[in-house]
Amino acid sequence: MHRRLFPALAGLSLCFFVVAPVLIVRAPYESTMGLVQKIFYFHFPAWMAMFLAIFILGISSGIYLFRRKPAADRLAVASAELAVVFGLMGLITGPLWGIKAWGVWWQWDARLTMAVILELILVAYLLLRQYGGAGSDRLAAGLGLFAMANVPFLYISTEIWRTVHPRTSVVPTLPVDFGIPLWWSLVGFIVLCFALLSVRSRLEEQRGALDQLYLAVEEE
Amino acid sequence: MRRFLQVAWLVVRKDLRVESRSKEMLFTTLFFAISSVLVFSFGFVRAGQAVEGAAAGILWIAIAFSGTLALSRAFERERYHDALQGLLLAPVDRPAIYLGKLIGLLLLLAVVEAVVVALVTFLFGAPLFRHGWWLVLLLSLGTVGFASVGTLFSAMLVRTRSRAVLLPVLLYPVTIPVLIAGVSGTAALVQPEPDLAMTRLWASLLVFFDTVFLTLALWTFEPVMTE
Amino acid sequence: MTTSDEVDFERVTVSDLSRFYGRRRALSHVTLECRAGEIIGLLGPNGAGKSTLLSVLATLAEPSTGEVRYGRWTARDGGANLRARIGFLSHDLQLYPELSACENLEFFAGLYGLDRPEARAHAALMTAGLEDRADDVVEGFSRGMRQRLALERTLLHTPRLVLFDEPFTGLDEASCGALVDRLRALRADGHIVVIATHDLDMVDGVLDREVLLRSGRLRSLDYEGTLRDRYRLGVATPPGAVKRSREAHDPVDGVEAEPLV
Repeated sequence: MHRRLFPALAGLSLCFFVVAPVLIVRAPYESTMGLVQKIFYFHFPAWMAMFLAIFILGISSGIYLFRRKPAADRLAVASAELAVVFGLMGLITGPLWGIKAWGVWWQWDARLTMAVILELILVAYLLLRQYGGAGSDRLAAGLGLFAMANVPFLYISTEIWRTVHPRTSVVPTLPVDFGIPLWWSLVGFIVLCFALLSVRSRLEEQRGALDQLYLAVEEE
Repeated sequence: MRRFLQVAWLVVRKDLRVESRSKEMLFTTLFFAISSVLVFSFGFVRAGQAVEGAAAGILWIAIAFSGTLALSRAFERERYHDALQGLLLAPVDRPAIYLGKLIGLLLLLAVVEAVVVALVTFLFGAPLFRHGWWLVLLLSLGTVGFASVGTLFSAMLVRTRSRAVLLPVLLYPVTIPVLIAGVSGTAALVQPEPDLAMTRLWASLLVFFDTVFLTLALWTFEPVMTE
Repeated sequence: MTTSDEVDFERVTVSDLSRFYGRRRALSHVTLECRAGEIIGLLGPNGAGKSTLLSVLATLAEPSTGEVRYGRWTARDGGANLRARIGFLSHDLQLYPELSACENLEFFAGLYGLDRPEARAHAALMTAGLEDRADDVVEGFSRGMRQRLALERTLLHTPRLVLFDEPFTGLDEASCGALVDRLRALRADGHIVVIATHDLDMVDGVLDREVLLRSGRLRSLDYEGTLRDRYRLGVATPPGAVKRSREAHDPVDGVEAEPLV
């Protein structure tokens, strides 16, 4: 299934990304920030892709933990890595935008803060898988579940925390509804996410198959 | 249900008995907590005056650090004579073992926190006792949240080689909502005009966190601990 | 539930059990059958997988492939009730050094849901010959004494399947003899005993059957001679040479387990 899925998805996302710059260039300039604001068209979808990946991580971790389906574990690893990657995209585009638009690299914005913490949890997941030794797949599945369960709490706590503390710079909250370019990029990112998920899980599947072959050879 | 609680109680009693003989965990955790507070004070005291609002942060960070120490020690002990295996072999609901270990830890941390609160009040002049019951509520809820995740993670890692390093790496990011809520709630209590509504808000967030994560931990303890 | 009459079994059947992680294989296609009233020796070099097999038998670890059946139950079906019928004396003894002998036994008696834990603890201490040290902290015990205490703890709940992992380590002559007697008594009572050990001289003549684990693979030792000779032959022979290595083991001739009342 994966073999045919990946080229289709990759091709589809390629179409999206080829057209996206055209749409973005054509989009109207935002009044205060001008050209710089357009980074938002990739910044926001990167976050959304990260959330999608975390959601998939949580679900597949749960399935692996309670049903022991190896495919779920492979999907969990893949989604964790992708979440880290998309998160990094967001964390890089965010400050780039910030420095140009508002003159500061970092403001303790609720969403940025939450994103950093989520990124930390995901990196912890990868560290656990890497250095946890035998049995770390099951432990990581536990962590994956906790990570997904934590998202609403992180969101709420950083939101409330932010509204209590006075801001040093004015950070306008952009309306999500910003027209065609945004939705186009969003769909493009989501398709890309699925494409990468499928190829990364496939890689894990082949690693597993290779291990099985090793074991079979040793049987001799 | 009765058996479940009975098993948890047996584990708690055993842990208390073991601890009362050596008192090792109590003394080391306490000492560590006190040292942490003193170290922080060097960072946050300027011209003889504590930086405003530092007290709340220092209180909770000291709790988080000493909590992590206590967690790793608690399970190190179980690991030492393969005692955890002995517990897992027993014909009991495994989550009951988790609950027993959690309660034991909460009792230990309660003692440590009492000392830390007194110390922070003393060193920073923060009026932590002004709304004593609110503070107790925040501390209880926060510690339960922190310890419920911590007990699970610590048990999970008991056979992992890099467990000493991995425990804080895993635990701190996941329990940041607890820290945010605890620090903000405490800060709202000790500021010049206490904002009780704010404290109440943070306390309710902690209640939600505790409910969700305690349930999740009880639910995942068995599958996570089977090899 | 303080009694576990719901789950009991006369035999333990291991079918094509494998346990691996990535490319590391701990057990490979292990097939074994154990019956009530048998003492089975699990022999093999270090790292052969003996402890892993015992862990799986104790339901502490799950098979990667294959299954283990206790009568008609698997580990998953049996759950906590099944664990009540299994006793495991591991190499690390699982005792709390800060507690006294009596406190250790009482704790486990309570944990296993046994009635009158204090009485049972005292009876067990009598059997172990430790009643005069009942209130002494285990930390001060010698290896032999701890072993005796741990053995009592393992047998407190009268498990059907009793597993031993290197029980003779560090024991003196007298304690070894006592342990061997205990093993014989267990067999006479209809328990299933599986013992992993290096001390071939000690168990020679006590075992009903022995199997050799090498690199995770099991084979029986159908050779002539003392146990030590057979073991040496078994270790020296390469795996492919012995044709019978993979088949399920036949029951010992003429000995059939009697149905339990």
